[in-house]
Amino acid sequence: MPAEKVFVPPDYQRPTESPPEVAAIPFRQRSAVTEPVWVRTILIVVAVGFVGLFLLLPLVFVFVQAFSMGFGEYFEQLSEPYAQSAIRLTLLVTAIAVPANLVFGIAASWAIAKFEFKGKAFLITLIDLPFSVSPVIAGLVYVLLFGAQGYFGPWLEANDIQIIFAVPGIVLATIFVTFPFVARELIPLMQEQGTGDEEAALSLGASGFKTFLFVTLPNVKWALLYGVLLCNARAMGEFGAVSVLSGRIQGFTNTMPLQIEAASKEFSRTAEVAAFSMASLLALLALVTLILKTFLEWRYADRLSSSAQAH
Amino acid sequence: MTARRLANGREFLVGAIAAVGVIIIVVLFTMSGRSVALLNVSFDPTREMFEEYNAAFAAFWREETGQRVSVRQSHGGSGAQARAVVDGLEADIVTLAIEGDVDLLADADLIDRNWRSLLPHGSAPYTSTIVFVVRAGNPLNIRDWDDLVRDDVAVITPNPKTSGGARWNFLAAWAYAESQNGGDEAATRDFVRRLYANVAVLDTGARGSTQTFAQRGTGDVLIAWENEAHLTVREFGEGTFEIVVPSQSILAEPPVAVVTRYAEARGTETAAEAYVEYLYSPEGQRIAAAHFFRPSEPTLVAPAALAAFPDIPLTTIGHFGGWAEAQPRFFGDGGIFDQIYAPAP
Repeated sequence: MPAEKVFVPPDYQRPTESPPEVAAIPFRQRSAVTEPVWVRTILIVVAVGFVGLFLLLPLVFVFVQAFSMGFGEYFEQLSEPYAQSAIRLTLLVTAIAVPANLVFGIAASWAIAKFEFKGKAFLITLIDLPFSVSPVIAGLVYVLLFGAQGYFGPWLEANDIQIIFAVPGIVLATIFVTFPFVARELIPLMQEQGTGDEEAALSLGASGFKTFLFVTLPNVKWALLYGVLLCNARAMGEFGAVSVLSGRIQGFTNTMPLQIEAASKEFSRTAEVAAFSMASLLALLALVTLILKTFLEWRYADRLSSSAQAH
Repeated sequence: MTARRLANGREFLVGAIAAVGVIIIVVLFTMSGRSVALLNVSFDPTREMFEEYNAAFAAFWREETGQRVSVRQSHGGSGAQARAVVDGLEADIVTLAIEGDVDLLADADLIDRNWRSLLPHGSAPYTSTIVFVVRAGNPLNIRDWDDLVRDDVAVITPNPKTSGGARWNFLAAWAYAESQNGGDEAATRDFVRRLYANVAVLDTGARGSTQTFAQRGTGDVLIAWENEAHLTVREFGEGTFEIVVPSQSILAEPPVAVVTRYAEARGTETAAEAYVEYLYSPEGQRIAAAHFFRPSEPTLVAPAALAAFPDIPLTTIGHFGGWAEAQPRFFGDGGIFDQIYAPAP
């Protein structure tokens, strides 16, 4: 952990003006349960039953349906040209949206947590905007901007540039919707950590970029990875915004969620298997994300508690 | 020191934002290339039909001109699809559910106002009608529209406020009641009101209604498009459902058109015109019939393929003064549907 190797003068006090906003740190609590056993049992049964009924059962159903005509049909449906192109498109869109939001997220949270400037509160509100706006509205906004009837429509048409109903529009919508994930993970953590480590590094003669690379980034790497995972899961699963401006051209602008919808509207058993096999791929992705997230939370909590002890 | 740190921070921030901007711009430009393939923007129930037709047309066009043509398909709700084309989805051809949706394109100057007269049969190469689907053996002996207002019958049909198909269902029932009551509007209203009082579930779309009836087992009779009725029976097996054709129904004419402005701009006009014209050829008509759409040129199709389409009197939308008149009168806010339909308490 390079951050710990930075020399800190004995009389140095870490600035505490920024309030610790991290509320979601899973702290391992000591058992202080006084409730009788039956209360605990009922609570556990209710909680587990609820999770099973509303989360696990649908998930299991997806896989049961996907394999209802056997493994052969499952892979047959997933290797259909339209299915393949949907998978490729979703991967492409994610491969663009996630790095873009990664760069933006780091930049924004660094600026917000480490510097004082006017309009900071406004910037934070703006970053949160995609969380509060319905994805469908987000999609419609792009249609209003770039559509043939929109503000830039005539100019785009004159210059032969197609944004909506094509891949660029899908990328834009996905970036918009997944915008806050990375920044929202980093801002509270960076604010809590304050600027002490960076100031120490700078006072020892490190350049701004070096400070960022060797002090700031290692301090937040787990939160960063966590944010990227969430961003990734959302980017792949996004339906609302994308459905408005994809144009639904089979084999070209249908992403995985749109392809699932298209297949589910067809009247045949094979189309149903196609829909569920595609859904199972997305579900599988969600499971992998969940496992990685759990793993990270465990690492992340460790890291946080150890750094808390260090001070 | 603080000043230097701030400067570095700003530099980094500016650099990062610029990097994101460059990524987005590069992506937008590299991906904005256009294809010369035809794009057919259509509505939901035609997906399988056009998959077959596109292959047939590609083969025909190859033989005719030596040119390779690939046809892309886009399917969705008819109204939403028309909206997308108006907003810049560059369709060469539209094949939608109702006339009014194609008229939206004329409003946006994408096609000529007289588009209906450019192709035979009012630009409708295939038609459909409204029939009933009942459970195997027809346990409630449902034969005609009269049976749908019986107290013991639960009807499944979608909501005409949200579903285009549901409007055909409503107007078919209306036309029947009108002819039974000698054109008396009060009696017609009462008949349709009683029918909708029997509706067990008013789904938002035709597909939802089919699922409610076939998969969840709700209701005794489903009012459905003829082609969807046949697909339902085929999919769930002959022994599970039966189709009942009423004594009279309505003629739905899903129109097709070349979107001339986009096709001209893309230089695909000739192929696009051939595409819609080929729908009227024996092969095009055969494919439509195979997917349970009624061919507009039945003489071009083998008689056996027409067995699924009983000859019954069909009212046209013209009887209601066209969609421009029927839409606000029956389905507008405060229209006849709003007046007669009260959801079950």
